[in-house]
Amino acid sequence: MEGFLNAFVALSNFVLIPGLAYGAQLALGALGVTLVYAVLRFSNFAHGDMMAFGTMATILATWVLQSAGIGFGPLPTALIALPFGVAIAVALALGTDRVVYRFYRKTKAVPVTFVIVSVGVMFIYNAVVRLFIGVDDRRFEDGERFIIRAGDFREWTGLAEGLALRTSQVLTVVIAFVAMAALFWFLQRTRTGKAMRAYSDNEDLALLSGIDPARVVLITWALAASLATLAGVLYGLYKSFSPFNYFQLLLPIFASAIVGGIGNPIGAVIGGFVVAFSEVGITYAYRRVLSHILPDAWMPDGLVQLLSTDYKFAVSFFILVVVLLVRPTGILRGRVI
Amino acid sequence: MKRPPAYILFSLMGLALLAVGWFQSWTLALAILNLSLISAIMALGVNMQWGYAGLFNAGVMGFAALGGAAAIFVAMPPVPGALAAGGTGLLAAGLSAAVAIALAIYVHRNLRAPWRAPAMILVVVLGYFMMRWFADPATTRIEAVNPTVAGYLGGLGLPVLFSWVAGALLAAAAAWLIGKVALGLRSDYLAIATLGIAEIILAVLKNEAWLTRGVKNVTGIPRPVPFEIELQRSPWFLDLTATLGLNPVQFSATFVALLYTLLFGAVLIVLLILAERALNSPWGRMMRAIRDNRDASAAMGKDVKRRHLQIFVIGSAVIGIAGAMLVTLDGQFTPGTYIPLRFTFLIWVMVILGGSGNNMGSVLGAFVIWFVWIQAEPAGQWLMQTITANVPMDAAMRNHLIASAPHLRLLVMGAILLFVLRFSPQGLLPERRAQSPRDAKAKEVPT
Repeated sequence: MEGFLNAFVALSNFVLIPGLAYGAQLALGALGVTLVYAVLRFSNFAHGDMMAFGTMATILATWVLQSAGIGFGPLPTALIALPFGVAIAVALALGTDRVVYRFYRKTKAVPVTFVIVSVGVMFIYNAVVRLFIGVDDRRFEDGERFIIRAGDFREWTGLAEGLALRTSQVLTVVIAFVAMAALFWFLQRTRTGKAMRAYSDNEDLALLSGIDPARVVLITWALAASLATLAGVLYGLYKSFSPFNYFQLLLPIFASAIVGGIGNPIGAVIGGFVVAFSEVGITYAYRRVLSHILPDAWMPDGLVQLLSTDYKFAVSFFILVVVLLVRPTGILRGRVI
Repeated sequence: MKRPPAYILFSLMGLALLAVGWFQSWTLALAILNLSLISAIMALGVNMQWGYAGLFNAGVMGFAALGGAAAIFVAMPPVPGALAAGGTGLLAAGLSAAVAIALAIYVHRNLRAPWRAPAMILVVVLGYFMMRWFADPATTRIEAVNPTVAGYLGGLGLPVLFSWVAGALLAAAAAWLIGKVALGLRSDYLAIATLGIAEIILAVLKNEAWLTRGVKNVTGIPRPVPFEIELQRSPWFLDLTATLGLNPVQFSATFVALLYTLLFGAVLIVLLILAERALNSPWGRMMRAIRDNRDASAAMGKDVKRRHLQIFVIGSAVIGIAGAMLVTLDGQFTPGTYIPLRFTFLIWVMVILGGSGNNMGSVLGAFVIWFVWIQAEPAGQWLMQTITANVPMDAAMRNHLIASAPHLRLLVMGAILLFVLRFSPQGLLPERRAQSPRDAKAKEVPT
């Protein structure tokens, strides 16, 4: 029995909890992609760099706060800086829309033109982030790092395996769920949210019923930028911040959005968790978990790892390919043009 | 505004390169020229996919890296003992993978609904474990063979020029697989799928050390041209430099670079001629017809998906050639240096700036963008130095600004891309539209 408990603790420690936290981050990112897709009808390649930009703004504000001696007790200072980061990112997104994207909406450009334009925007965001903060890996988590330490857990329970629960993991899950609940409430209950959904379903009909398209677009960008910043800051607290890693997050985020059904917010959340749990679950070496359950004679020689962690992007890609082959609309039916 | 004709733009570009040679150094000018030629071939490949057919390939980097890996597989000498150490294991692994795939296809074709999915999963999982069971010990043994200098299978030991063909074939095979999955769906899906395949290809090249030495890099790939030191010893070369009145040591490097220029130039010209002929043939018109109106072309009986797959494979093969050429020029394969901004999106800027759908435009775009990309770095340094010298600020800020100067070129590239898309979406050399007699007449009428 104790063997099973130990195995479960090890599994929670290395697969379930990290998967939950990473899934929440991916879900937030995929929600931004899917909202832009639903309303503006293109895949935004600049989303990863938007995440990097919002996170950068938050980090800079965090440094200012830290040097002023302001902290948030046991919580990371970045949480106080977060509203500032969100505000800057929203301003950037709205500015970009005004200067860049609006023109193509007016000329009714085809979606793929928007995609290429977003590549140009990606270059600019990327350059701006690198100019301000450089290319180095940065850690900005402060405050109390752990809620439960592995050593303490072992003492309390007397188990051989320790369970570490990091503040950033709990924060990620709590903040992500609050943000998602707020977003779904907004989309389902408020007039503006309903206008957005109507516009996404049928643009012409929405225009006919007096919905202001400029306002819908504005709110979409504001939401996408806020979600991107939130996802970026939580990911950065959990792991670390570097512009290149954030660019690379684009693939799992796109995979999450498509797997769930692109253009469908609930799908984005489901997709985020599917991709995250597959990635963590497939690249984890199960030897440790098995060692508590199996008798010594049965223990396999290897690490019992399906894929090395270097291939974590391969996992999102394979899920993407399987979904494209089996069910191109995604788990919940998204849009397919 | 009337656009300047192509030859003037190309002459200006040539003058700019001459100016680099004159004011900076001829070595730099030739280095820019050689990489421009390679970039031009990559841009040509992207232009076939995007300009002819409207396919967005966000995985240029992957196909280029695959082409580069071909240089290892073809040109490096085989590592003695490596095949004996793990050859049978790899063969068994390959066989079990093939059997699993065949079985999966059989199950997919012959079983019906409730049993199909579980059976497929079972076959795939069992096949995967079988493959790993054979492959893992084999790769470990291969990587243990003389690990400081080898630790991989090595190549075939053939002349490196063959790898340019092999690179094309490898890239084409990868493109066929990904095209089969992602073409025929929404246009963005191809972009995202190719973005993914590029990351996967890179991950494989970085981590499968038995195949490519991974991050330990393969250096000393045989060259298609003589080494400088050989030239400096050969009598005919010394005679040549004596008659020209040049320093043999300095000129040998220039001479080698010029030989590469000739090789790359020849490949570019051949590809350009083929591409132009293809574009102006009925096949090229069909491609553009599909691009401009898919539904109408489908209604005319054109197999849109098949044509898309065809052009996607051809374009990727061209990118693969360029990738192999790049590794040939460097003489080494370093998977860590492949990053999407440089190898995928920079090529896109070249194609868009040059003019989508115009092959000469892609070549011109490649030259201009590569030139700017290289020269933006000293220009950025100069700008930051000037700013920091003339504006009062503290030392930390000054150091930060100077250190961040190289990132300015990303800003320049983004700005070029956005400006071209906005104000001149046709690019420097717009696509030449085939004129029907009616269009020609309409043009004669002054408006």
